[in-house]
Amino acid sequence: MRKMELKDIEVWDGNMAASHAMRQVQIDVVAAYPITPSTPIVENYATFLANDYVEGEFVMVESEHAAMSGCVGASAAGGRVATATSSQGFALMVETLYQASGMRLPIILNVVNRALAAPLNVNGDHSDMYLGRDSGWIQLDAYNPQDAYDLNFIAFKVSEDHDVRLPCMVHQDGFMTSHTAMGVKTLQDDIAYNFVGDFKPMNDMLDLDNPVTHGVQTEEDWHFEHKARQQNDLMTKVYPKLQAAFNEFEELTGRKYSMVETYNMEEAEVAVVCMGTSVKTAIEVSNELNAKGIKAGVVGIRVIRPWPFEKIAEVFKDIKAIGALDRSAPHGTVGMLFNELAGSLINSDSNAVLNNYIYGLGGRDLTKKHIYSIYEDLLANAKAGKLTTATQQYIGTRGPKLEFL
Amino acid sequence: MAFNYDKYLRLEKMPTLWCWGCGDGVILKAFVRAVDKLGLNKDDICVVSGIGCSGRFSSYVDFNTVHTTHGRTVAFATGIKLANPDKHVICVGGDGDTLAIGGNHTIHGARRNIDITFIIINNFIYGLTNSQTSPTTPQGMWTVSQKAGNIDPTFNATNLGIAAGASFVARESMLDPKKLEKVFVKALEHKGFAFLDILSNCHINLGRKNKMQSAMANLEWIDSITISKKKYDALPEEERLNLLPTGILKDDKVVREYCDMYQEIKDVHQGKRSKITQDDFEKKI
Repeated sequence: MRKMELKDIEVWDGNMAASHAMRQVQIDVVAAYPITPSTPIVENYATFLANDYVEGEFVMVESEHAAMSGCVGASAAGGRVATATSSQGFALMVETLYQASGMRLPIILNVVNRALAAPLNVNGDHSDMYLGRDSGWIQLDAYNPQDAYDLNFIAFKVSEDHDVRLPCMVHQDGFMTSHTAMGVKTLQDDIAYNFVGDFKPMNDMLDLDNPVTHGVQTEEDWHFEHKARQQNDLMTKVYPKLQAAFNEFEELTGRKYSMVETYNMEEAEVAVVCMGTSVKTAIEVSNELNAKGIKAGVVGIRVIRPWPFEKIAEVFKDIKAIGALDRSAPHGTVGMLFNELAGSLINSDSNAVLNNYIYGLGGRDLTKKHIYSIYEDLLANAKAGKLTTATQQYIGTRGPKLEFL
Repeated sequence: MAFNYDKYLRLEKMPTLWCWGCGDGVILKAFVRAVDKLGLNKDDICVVSGIGCSGRFSSYVDFNTVHTTHGRTVAFATGIKLANPDKHVICVGGDGDTLAIGGNHTIHGARRNIDITFIIINNFIYGLTNSQTSPTTPQGMWTVSQKAGNIDPTFNATNLGIAAGASFVARESMLDPKKLEKVFVKALEHKGFAFLDILSNCHINLGRKNKMQSAMANLEWIDSITISKKKYDALPEEERLNLLPTGILKDDKVVREYCDMYQEIKDVHQGKRSKITQDDFEKKI
């Protein structure tokens, strides 16, 4: 097997960054099916394999359902396993996502976020990411190609930990991250591999001396206990392991990740909360406002599941008005971030006024102008100490302004 | 006078997203001419397409159209047809769409012999996502998912259709638009599942890496692997290797169509006939 000499900084898009991380951790099995915009991740991986940079198996199957099923099989058999998908492919995988988490299989799924049909759309929004949030997976969100690269290592390290053994999704924005190149600071192959370490299977089916069964039927007798144990591990074991992995990664690379990322929050009175590429746009506006003396901060959610309740309460304790920016159609309620934030703050000391913005569906741009107008709302809410706008507003749509509640 | 396609097309959607030299446009035009020849009312036609380059078909024709999910055209179309048994329902999908992710729906649509015109635009590759192995990619060809050469055995789509129970099965290629038009006419006239394997070129994502980077070279390859059914049948077994027969390969007018049988179920519930028993069927298993 060949090693690859990487430059300290490589010009990669998010897909290529994820592919290299997958190459460097040496996956045993990738089962995949092509779908825009995540296809290049597994395509690049197939190139690495063909060129002898990976010792593993790559199988292209007949659907995303089969892809995740193949991953579940390979993981249950005791291999390090990963794949990638988007949108409709993710939707088709959903049945098997629950198999993976219920069987406690540490599979890594790179999800390149894209809108869900109908209408058919290949561009980015967070609909697929939101679809996965009750599936029992850990979910990490990358804001750019560098994050997509780094978070893959964190994902393998935490997922495969024997105290955790839960699958993990690494999300990045379709096209805006997946197809946009940046200078990505790299790790050399040995260093990257050693950070994650050798894969140590647990309860694998191919241990013939200790045969096991996975996914057996349980009814009202034991099903609840299985789900309770899974919840216990998600709620109590993942946070410390993630924090430890972030710390170790920072020591190794100098790049710091947190469960909740904060920008200009030390003195902030108002804050927007968002995910993906929008975080960077919001930071730019926040910097410009702070230069004028307006105390406007930005919070980026890095860990979506398990939702970092305590960190959220801590970050927002002195904030007067919060805007939750959701890039997914909420279909009959407020956005997920609004709900999660409300749930995190309701029993805390926070008196923050919270409102909700739906933006960017199907690849629609979120501009700095949009964020300026959101901050205007938030500043008015902070001043009044109550909502001065509707609870929920759609921003960036054609026609008359849409607002609800 | 040249045929005027405008009446049947959504001109505001032009130009198509298909690459220059793509065969899909030839297939679309032949289909439109077939509809015109039969004098069908545009509103009596529903085109259901899947995902992939072929999925764009439904965007360009001015009939009732539904652009569905990957591989599920037959499932959607079955519902459409059962609710509208008098309308013409046409499925359009690619080889990946109909034979991989949607393979299950394909075989069960054929098995039921529901009156759907089922068109596979078979270009031997996943074109839209840039050259992954499909169920019809010839063994040994280069694909991005099998860069050392494709080892996966292929489906012979028409054999699959025949075995699954489609009552009308044919293969043509976009090389002969006149024949294509005729086979579309026959398929639309046929009552039952009309399974059409229509070969098309993808010189961009199949050809480029397999020594047929021009549309012409790709078409010459399609020409080299196709032979009329009559000539194919006359060949000794060993010379049939690597050839795909074209023309009508099965045309069963006797086997019953699903919507008709379904009507009898309704008749039972409405007290118009006695319960269905094994005696109602000559072929039971």
